[in-house]
Amino acid sequence: MIPVAFTYHRAETLDDAVARITENPDAKILAGGHSLVPAMKLRLAAPSELVDITGLSELKSVSIGDAIEIGALVTYNELMDNDELHAVCPIFRSAIEQLGDLQVRARGTFGGSVAHADPAADLTGVFLALGGTVHARGHKGDRSIPVEEYFVDLWTTALAPDEVLTCITIPTPGPDAKMVYLKHRHPASGYAVVGVAAIRDGDSVRVTLTGATSKPERLIGAEQALADGLNTETIQAAAEHATDGVVINGDLYADEEYRSHLVRVLVKRALEAIA
Amino acid sequence: MDLVNVTMTVNGVERSAEVEPRTLLVHYLRDALGLTGTHVGCDTSQCGACVVEVNGITTKSCTMFAVQLDGANVTTIEGLADSDGTFHPVQEAFWAEHGLQCGYCTPGMIMSVNALLQRNSTPTDEEIREGLEGNLCRCTGYHNIVNAVKHAAAEMRGEND
Repeated sequence: MIPVAFTYHRAETLDDAVARITENPDAKILAGGHSLVPAMKLRLAAPSELVDITGLSELKSVSIGDAIEIGALVTYNELMDNDELHAVCPIFRSAIEQLGDLQVRARGTFGGSVAHADPAADLTGVFLALGGTVHARGHKGDRSIPVEEYFVDLWTTALAPDEVLTCITIPTPGPDAKMVYLKHRHPASGYAVVGVAAIRDGDSVRVTLTGATSKPERLIGAEQALADGLNTETIQAAAEHATDGVVINGDLYADEEYRSHLVRVLVKRALEAIA
Repeated sequence: MDLVNVTMTVNGVERSAEVEPRTLLVHYLRDALGLTGTHVGCDTSQCGACVVEVNGITTKSCTMFAVQLDGANVTTIEGLADSDGTFHPVQEAFWAEHGLQCGYCTPGMIMSVNALLQRNSTPTDEEIREGLEGNLCRCTGYHNIVNAVKHAAAEMRGEND
Protein backbone atom coordinates (compact mmCIF):
# COMPACT_ATOMS: atom_id res chain seq x y z
CA MET A 1 0.00 0.00 0.00
CA ILE A 2 1.38 3.32 -1.10
CA PRO A 3 0.74 6.47 0.94
CA VAL A 4 -0.17 9.81 -0.61
CA ALA A 5 3.00 11.59 -1.76
CA PHE A 6 4.70 13.90 0.72
CA THR A 7 7.90 15.83 1.15
CA TYR A 8 10.39 14.74 3.76
CA HIS A 9 12.31 16.99 6.11
CA ARG A 10 14.91 15.70 8.56
CA ALA A 11 14.88 18.15 11.48
CA GLU A 12 18.35 19.29 12.52
CA THR A 13 17.14 20.92 15.74
CA LEU A 14 13.95 21.02 17.78
CA ASP A 15 13.36 24.64 16.73
CA ASP A 16 13.81 23.57 13.11
CA ALA A 17 11.02 21.00 13.59
CA VAL A 18 8.78 23.59 15.27
CA ALA A 19 9.44 26.03 12.41
CA ARG A 20 8.45 23.44 9.80
CA ILE A 21 5.14 22.51 11.41
CA THR A 22 4.40 26.18 12.12
CA GLU A 23 4.94 27.08 8.48
CA ASN A 24 3.04 24.05 7.16
CA PRO A 25 0.09 23.14 9.43
CA ASP A 26 -0.45 20.04 7.28
CA ALA A 27 2.98 18.64 8.20
CA LYS A 28 3.24 15.79 10.67
CA ILE A 29 5.98 14.94 13.13
CA LEU A 30 7.56 11.52 12.49
CA ALA A 31 9.11 9.74 15.48
CA GLY A 32 8.80 5.94 15.81
CA GLY A 33 6.20 6.03 13.06
CA HIS A 34 4.40 2.88 14.15
CA SER A 35 1.02 4.57 14.35
CA LEU A 36 1.52 7.25 11.71
CA VAL A 37 3.02 5.14 8.91
CA PRO A 38 0.30 2.43 9.04
CA ALA A 39 -2.33 5.21 9.04
CA MET A 40 -0.66 6.82 6.01
CA LYS A 41 -0.57 3.49 4.16
CA LEU A 42 -4.30 3.11 4.74
CA ARG A 43 -4.65 6.76 3.67
CA LEU A 44 -6.37 7.55 6.92
CA ALA A 45 -3.63 10.16 7.24
CA ALA A 46 -2.21 12.09 4.30
CA PRO A 47 0.19 14.78 5.53
CA SER A 48 1.85 16.82 2.79
CA GLU A 49 5.12 16.81 4.71
CA LEU A 50 6.85 14.60 7.28
CA VAL A 51 9.21 16.23 9.76
CA ASP A 52 11.52 13.50 11.03
CA ILE A 53 12.71 14.23 14.56
CA THR A 54 14.47 10.91 15.15
CA GLY A 55 17.89 12.54 14.85
CA LEU A 56 17.32 14.85 17.84
CA SER A 57 19.46 13.25 20.53
CA GLU A 58 18.20 15.63 23.24
CA LEU A 59 14.82 13.82 23.09
CA LYS A 60 16.24 10.36 23.77
CA SER A 61 17.08 10.32 27.48
CA VAL A 62 15.42 9.03 30.63
CA SER A 63 16.32 10.60 33.98
CA ILE A 64 15.06 9.64 37.40
CA GLY A 65 15.02 11.92 40.44
CA ASP A 66 12.04 13.51 42.22
CA ALA A 67 10.41 13.11 38.86
CA ILE A 68 10.85 10.58 36.09
CA GLU A 69 11.60 12.43 32.87
CA ILE A 70 11.13 10.52 29.63
CA GLY A 71 12.23 12.10 26.36
CA ALA A 72 9.84 12.03 23.42
CA LEU A 73 11.94 9.59 21.40
CA VAL A 74 12.50 6.93 24.08
CA THR A 75 11.23 3.65 22.66
CA TYR A 76 9.12 1.04 24.41
CA ASN A 77 12.06 -1.37 24.47
CA GLU A 78 14.32 1.25 26.02
CA LEU A 79 11.75 1.83 28.78
CA MET A 80 11.23 -1.89 29.27
CA ASP A 81 14.97 -2.58 29.48
CA ASN A 82 15.64 0.28 31.94
CA ASP A 83 16.29 -1.45 35.29
CA GLU A 84 16.53 1.84 37.19
CA LEU A 85 13.07 2.81 35.94
CA HIS A 86 11.74 -0.64 36.73
CA ALA A 87 12.97 -0.34 40.32
CA VAL A 88 10.90 2.80 40.98
CA CYS A 89 8.02 2.36 38.53
CA PRO A 90 7.49 -1.28 37.54
CA ILE A 91 4.19 -0.62 35.77
CA PHE A 92 6.05 0.46 32.62
CA ARG A 93 7.69 -2.92 32.04
CA SER A 94 4.57 -4.90 32.82
CA ALA A 95 2.37 -2.71 30.59
CA ILE A 96 4.82 -2.61 27.69
CA GLU A 97 5.14 -6.40 27.73
CA GLN A 98 1.42 -6.43 26.91
CA LEU A 99 1.53 -4.10 23.91
CA GLY A 100 2.46 -4.42 20.25
CA ASP A 101 5.11 -6.93 19.28
CA LEU A 102 8.91 -7.15 19.24
CA GLN A 103 9.24 -4.83 16.26
CA VAL A 104 6.62 -2.30 17.40
CA ARG A 105 8.30 -2.07 20.80
CA ALA A 106 11.69 -1.63 19.13
CA ARG A 107 10.52 1.43 17.17
CA GLY A 108 7.42 2.80 18.89
CA THR A 109 7.81 5.54 21.48
CA PHE A 110 5.96 6.49 24.66
CA GLY A 111 5.97 10.12 23.49
CA GLY A 112 4.47 9.11 20.17
CA SER A 113 1.73 7.12 21.86
CA VAL A 114 0.84 10.08 24.06
CA ALA A 115 0.93 12.50 21.10
CA HIS A 116 -1.18 10.17 18.92
CA ALA A 117 -3.74 9.49 21.70
CA ASP A 118 -5.20 6.34 20.21
CA PRO A 119 -8.21 5.44 22.37
CA ALA A 120 -6.97 1.83 22.57
CA ALA A 121 -3.39 2.71 23.51
CA ASP A 122 -2.03 1.21 26.72
CA LEU A 123 0.46 3.71 28.10
CA THR A 124 -1.94 6.63 27.88
CA GLY A 125 -4.00 5.07 30.68
CA VAL A 126 -0.85 4.21 32.63
CA PHE A 127 0.35 7.81 32.29
CA LEU A 128 -2.97 9.20 33.56
CA ALA A 129 -2.83 6.85 36.55
CA LEU A 130 0.73 7.89 37.39
CA GLY A 131 -0.10 11.57 36.94
CA GLY A 132 2.35 14.04 35.50
CA THR A 133 2.94 16.54 32.78
CA VAL A 134 3.40 16.73 29.03
CA HIS A 135 6.07 19.20 27.92
CA ALA A 136 5.93 20.71 24.47
CA ARG A 137 7.66 23.35 22.40
CA GLY A 138 5.79 25.59 19.98
CA HIS A 139 6.78 28.66 18.02
CA LYS A 140 5.98 30.84 21.03
CA GLY A 141 8.12 28.79 23.39
CA ASP A 142 7.80 25.95 25.87
CA ARG A 143 4.58 24.87 27.55
CA SER A 144 3.67 22.30 30.21
CA ILE A 145 0.28 20.57 30.21
CA PRO A 146 -0.93 18.51 33.20
CA VAL A 147 -2.04 15.06 32.06
CA GLU A 148 -5.53 15.71 33.48
CA GLU A 149 -5.96 18.48 30.87
CA TYR A 150 -4.02 16.83 28.09
CA PHE A 151 -6.25 14.11 26.62
CA VAL A 152 -9.24 15.78 24.93
CA ASP A 153 -11.01 13.16 22.81
CA LEU A 154 -10.42 10.41 20.23
CA TRP A 155 -6.92 11.04 18.79
CA THR A 156 -7.20 14.60 20.10
CA THR A 157 -4.93 16.23 22.67
CA ALA A 158 -4.25 19.69 24.05
CA LEU A 159 -1.14 19.96 21.86
CA ALA A 160 -1.43 22.90 19.47
CA PRO A 161 -0.76 22.30 15.76
CA ASP A 162 2.61 24.06 16.05
CA GLU A 163 3.74 22.16 19.15
CA VAL A 164 6.16 19.24 19.37
CA LEU A 165 5.92 16.97 22.41
CA THR A 166 9.43 17.05 23.91
CA CYS A 167 9.20 15.02 27.09
CA ILE A 168 6.91 13.60 29.74
CA THR A 169 7.49 13.98 33.46
CA ILE A 170 5.92 11.79 36.11
CA PRO A 171 6.27 12.24 39.88
CA THR A 172 8.46 9.40 41.10
CA PRO A 173 6.24 7.00 43.07
CA GLY A 174 7.05 6.40 46.74
CA PRO A 175 9.15 3.36 47.65
CA ASP A 176 6.09 1.44 48.89
CA ALA A 177 3.86 2.27 45.92
CA LYS A 178 2.02 -0.62 44.29
CA MET A 179 0.91 -0.53 40.70
CA VAL A 180 -0.59 -2.78 38.08
CA TYR A 181 -1.88 -2.64 34.51
CA LEU A 182 -4.37 -5.28 33.43
CA LYS A 183 -5.66 -5.62 29.92
CA HIS A 184 -8.20 -7.51 27.87
CA ARG A 185 -6.53 -7.48 24.49
CA HIS A 186 -8.27 -7.74 21.17
CA PRO A 187 -7.41 -11.25 20.00
CA ALA A 188 -6.44 -10.15 16.49
CA SER A 189 -4.99 -6.66 16.84
CA GLY A 190 -3.63 -6.90 20.37
CA TYR A 191 -5.01 -3.45 21.15
CA ALA A 192 -6.69 -2.82 24.50
CA VAL A 193 -10.39 -3.64 24.45
CA VAL A 194 -10.26 -2.69 28.12
CA GLY A 195 -7.11 -1.62 29.97
CA VAL A 196 -7.15 -0.78 33.67
CA ALA A 197 -4.24 0.82 35.52
CA ALA A 198 -4.33 1.07 39.32
CA ILE A 199 -1.71 2.76 41.47
CA ARG A 200 -1.61 2.96 45.24
CA ASP A 201 0.91 5.40 46.68
CA GLY A 202 0.49 6.19 50.37
CA ASP A 203 -3.19 7.01 50.96
CA SER A 204 -3.81 7.80 47.31
CA VAL A 205 -5.33 5.27 44.92
CA ARG A 206 -5.75 6.20 41.27
CA VAL A 207 -7.62 3.96 38.85
CA THR A 208 -7.77 4.66 35.12
CA LEU A 209 -9.36 3.12 32.06
CA THR A 210 -8.25 2.96 28.44
CA GLY A 211 -9.57 1.09 25.41
CA ALA A 212 -13.24 1.33 26.37
CA THR A 213 -13.49 5.11 26.26
CA SER A 214 -12.72 7.85 23.76
CA LYS A 215 -9.76 8.96 25.85
CA PRO A 216 -8.12 7.62 28.99
CA GLU A 217 -10.35 8.30 31.98
CA ARG A 218 -9.91 8.40 35.75
CA LEU A 219 -12.48 6.06 37.30
CA ILE A 220 -13.68 8.47 39.97
CA GLY A 221 -16.54 6.20 41.07
CA ALA A 222 -14.06 3.44 41.89
CA GLU A 223 -11.59 5.81 43.56
CA GLN A 224 -14.30 7.32 45.79
CA ALA A 225 -15.44 3.89 46.90
CA LEU A 226 -11.94 3.33 48.27
CA ALA A 227 -11.97 6.33 50.63
CA ASP A 228 -11.76 3.99 53.64
CA GLY A 229 -8.90 1.93 52.21
CA LEU A 230 -8.70 -1.29 50.24
CA ASN A 231 -10.52 -4.30 51.63
CA THR A 232 -12.87 -6.92 50.26
CA GLU A 233 -15.96 -4.72 50.66
CA THR A 234 -14.48 -1.50 49.30
CA ILE A 235 -12.92 -3.29 46.34
CA GLN A 236 -16.27 -4.87 45.49
CA ALA A 237 -17.94 -1.47 45.76
CA ALA A 238 -15.22 0.13 43.62
CA ALA A 239 -15.76 -2.48 40.91
CA GLU A 240 -19.52 -1.91 40.98
CA HIS A 241 -19.09 1.86 40.68
CA ALA A 242 -16.19 1.69 38.19
CA THR A 243 -18.16 2.94 35.21
CA ASP A 244 -20.10 5.64 37.09
CA GLY A 245 -20.08 8.83 35.02
CA VAL A 246 -17.97 7.25 32.27
CA VAL A 247 -19.22 6.78 28.70
CA ILE A 248 -18.22 3.25 27.62
CA ASN A 249 -17.92 2.73 23.87
CA GLY A 250 -18.96 -0.40 22.02
CA ASP A 251 -17.91 -1.91 18.72
CA LEU A 252 -18.31 -5.13 16.73
CA TYR A 253 -15.99 -7.06 19.01
CA ALA A 254 -17.28 -5.84 22.37
CA ASP A 255 -20.50 -3.93 22.91
CA GLU A 256 -21.02 -1.42 25.69
CA GLU A 257 -22.52 -3.96 28.11
CA TYR A 258 -19.72 -6.50 27.65
CA ARG A 259 -17.02 -3.84 27.88
CA SER A 260 -18.59 -2.45 31.07
CA HIS A 261 -18.53 -5.95 32.52
CA LEU A 262 -14.84 -6.30 31.60
CA VAL A 263 -14.11 -2.94 33.25
CA ARG A 264 -15.66 -4.12 36.51
CA VAL A 265 -13.81 -7.43 36.39
CA LEU A 266 -10.43 -5.84 35.64
CA VAL A 267 -10.90 -3.07 38.22
CA LYS A 268 -11.59 -5.68 40.86
CA ARG A 269 -8.56 -7.75 39.87
CA ALA A 270 -6.33 -4.68 39.68
CA LEU A 271 -7.36 -3.48 43.13
CA GLU A 272 -6.87 -6.94 44.59
CA ALA A 273 -3.38 -6.92 43.12
CA ILE A 274 -2.41 -3.65 44.84
CA ALA A 275 -4.34 -4.20 48.10
CA MET B 1 7.04 14.17 -7.03
CA ASP B 2 10.78 14.76 -6.76
CA LEU B 3 13.00 11.78 -6.28
CA VAL B 4 15.56 11.70 -3.50
CA ASN B 5 18.81 9.77 -3.39
CA VAL B 6 18.91 7.25 -0.59
CA THR B 7 22.17 5.50 0.25
CA MET B 8 22.46 2.75 2.82
CA THR B 9 24.78 -0.12 3.62
CA VAL B 10 22.82 -3.29 2.93
CA ASN B 11 24.39 -6.59 3.95
CA GLY B 12 27.77 -4.89 4.12
CA VAL B 13 27.60 -3.27 0.68
CA GLU B 14 26.85 0.40 0.09
CA ARG B 15 23.83 0.77 -2.17
CA SER B 16 22.08 3.83 -3.60
CA ALA B 17 18.83 4.45 -5.41
CA GLU B 18 16.62 7.35 -6.41
CA VAL B 19 13.19 6.92 -4.81
CA GLU B 20 10.16 8.93 -3.84
CA PRO B 21 10.00 9.93 -0.17
CA ARG B 22 6.91 7.73 0.20
CA THR B 23 8.83 4.60 -0.84
CA LEU B 24 8.71 2.08 1.98
CA LEU B 25 11.93 0.38 3.00
CA VAL B 26 10.57 -2.99 1.85
CA HIS B 27 9.94 -1.65 -1.67
CA TYR B 28 13.35 0.03 -1.72
CA LEU B 29 14.95 -3.32 -0.87
CA ARG B 30 12.88 -5.40 -3.26
CA ASP B 31 12.23 -3.09 -6.22
CA ALA B 32 15.17 -0.69 -6.19
CA LEU B 33 17.89 -3.06 -4.97
CA GLY B 34 16.46 -6.38 -6.19
CA LEU B 35 16.68 -8.04 -2.78
CA THR B 36 13.46 -10.04 -2.93
CA GLY B 37 14.15 -12.26 0.07
CA THR B 38 12.32 -9.72 2.22
CA HIS B 39 8.63 -10.40 1.62
CA VAL B 40 5.53 -8.25 1.63
CA GLY B 41 2.78 -10.12 3.46
CA CYS B 42 -0.03 -8.16 5.02
CA ASP B 43 1.38 -4.73 4.22
CA THR B 44 -0.27 -3.44 7.40
CA SER B 45 2.54 -3.88 9.95
CA GLN B 46 1.09 -7.06 11.38
CA CYS B 47 2.47 -10.18 9.71
CA GLY B 48 6.24 -9.70 10.01
CA ALA B 49 7.15 -11.23 6.62
CA CYS B 50 9.16 -8.05 5.91
CA VAL B 51 11.31 -7.98 9.07
CA VAL B 52 14.90 -6.80 8.61
CA GLU B 53 17.48 -5.34 10.96
CA VAL B 54 18.19 -1.60 10.79
CA ASN B 55 21.17 -0.27 12.75
CA GLY B 56 20.86 -3.33 14.99
CA ILE B 57 17.13 -2.81 15.64
CA THR B 58 14.58 -5.36 14.46
CA THR B 59 12.24 -3.56 12.07
CA LYS B 60 9.18 -4.20 9.97
CA SER B 61 10.41 -2.79 6.68
CA CYS B 62 6.85 -2.01 5.55
CA THR B 63 6.57 0.49 8.40
CA MET B 64 9.51 2.77 7.65
CA PHE B 65 10.25 4.95 4.67
CA ALA B 66 13.58 4.38 2.91
CA VAL B 67 14.28 8.11 3.02
CA GLN B 68 14.36 7.95 6.84
CA LEU B 69 17.26 5.52 6.62
CA ASP B 70 19.75 7.42 4.48
CA GLY B 71 23.13 6.35 5.88
CA ALA B 72 21.71 3.39 7.82
CA ASN B 73 23.12 -0.11 8.11
CA VAL B 74 20.58 -2.74 7.06
CA THR B 75 20.74 -6.53 7.26
CA THR B 76 18.23 -8.59 5.29
CA ILE B 77 17.74 -12.34 5.09
CA GLU B 78 20.23 -12.39 2.19
CA GLY B 79 22.93 -11.10 4.54
CA LEU B 80 22.50 -13.60 7.33
CA ALA B 81 24.51 -16.55 6.00
CA ASP B 82 28.31 -16.44 5.93
CA SER B 83 29.93 -15.32 2.69
CA ASP B 84 30.96 -18.95 2.03
CA GLY B 85 27.29 -19.95 2.10
CA THR B 86 27.27 -21.47 5.58
CA PHE B 87 23.83 -20.95 7.07
CA HIS B 88 23.30 -18.79 10.12
CA PRO B 89 22.37 -21.01 13.14
CA VAL B 90 18.75 -19.81 12.93
CA GLN B 91 18.53 -20.73 9.24
CA GLU B 92 20.13 -24.08 9.99
CA ALA B 93 17.63 -24.71 12.80
CA PHE B 94 14.61 -23.92 10.59
CA TRP B 95 15.95 -26.49 8.10
CA ALA B 96 16.75 -29.10 10.76
CA GLU B 97 13.40 -28.79 12.55
CA HIS B 98 11.35 -28.18 9.38
CA GLY B 99 10.13 -24.86 10.81
CA LEU B 100 8.22 -23.99 7.65
CA GLN B 101 5.84 -25.28 5.04
CA CYS B 102 5.24 -22.79 2.21
CA GLY B 103 8.15 -20.63 3.30
CA TYR B 104 6.54 -17.25 2.72
CA CYS B 105 6.85 -16.08 6.33
CA THR B 106 10.27 -17.69 6.80
CA PRO B 107 12.63 -14.77 5.98
CA GLY B 108 10.84 -12.46 8.41
CA MET B 109 10.45 -15.26 10.93
CA ILE B 110 14.19 -15.97 10.87
CA MET B 111 15.08 -12.29 11.21
CA SER B 112 12.71 -11.97 14.18
CA VAL B 113 14.03 -15.11 15.82
CA ASN B 114 17.54 -13.72 15.52
CA ALA B 115 16.41 -10.50 17.24
CA LEU B 116 14.53 -12.48 19.87
CA LEU B 117 17.57 -14.60 20.70
CA GLN B 118 19.75 -11.51 20.95
CA ARG B 119 17.42 -10.24 23.70
CA ASN B 120 16.94 -13.60 25.39
CA SER B 121 19.34 -16.50 24.75
CA THR B 122 17.33 -18.99 26.85
CA PRO B 123 13.67 -18.38 25.98
CA THR B 124 10.91 -20.63 27.30
CA ASP B 125 8.25 -21.95 24.92
CA GLU B 126 5.92 -19.20 26.11
CA GLU B 127 8.57 -16.51 25.62
CA ILE B 128 9.20 -17.82 22.10
CA ARG B 129 5.51 -17.72 21.21
CA GLU B 130 5.09 -14.25 22.71
CA GLY B 131 8.35 -13.09 21.13
CA LEU B 132 7.05 -14.07 17.69
CA GLU B 133 3.60 -12.52 18.06
CA GLY B 134 4.56 -10.02 15.37
CA ASN B 135 5.16 -12.82 12.84
CA LEU B 136 2.25 -14.72 11.37
CA CYS B 137 2.56 -18.20 9.83
CA ARG B 138 -0.57 -19.63 8.20
CA CYS B 139 0.88 -23.12 7.58
CA THR B 140 2.74 -24.66 10.45
CA GLY B 141 0.64 -23.97 13.52
CA TYR B 142 3.96 -22.67 14.91
CA HIS B 143 4.89 -25.97 16.56
CA ASN B 144 7.99 -26.67 14.47
CA ILE B 145 8.90 -23.00 14.49
CA VAL B 146 9.08 -23.10 18.29
CA ASN B 147 11.22 -26.24 18.01
CA ALA B 148 13.48 -24.46 15.54
CA VAL B 149 13.91 -21.50 17.89
CA LYS B 150 14.86 -23.82 20.75
CA HIS B 151 17.27 -25.65 18.44
CA ALA B 152 18.85 -22.37 17.32
CA ALA B 153 19.07 -21.06 20.88
CA ALA B 154 20.89 -24.20 22.02
CA GLU B 155 23.19 -24.04 18.99
CA MET B 156 24.02 -20.38 19.65
CA ARG B 157 24.77 -21.25 23.30
CA GLY B 158 27.12 -23.98 22.02
CA GLU B 159 25.02 -26.88 23.33
CA ASN B 160 24.09 -28.85 20.18
CA ASP B 161 26.83 -31.39 19.59
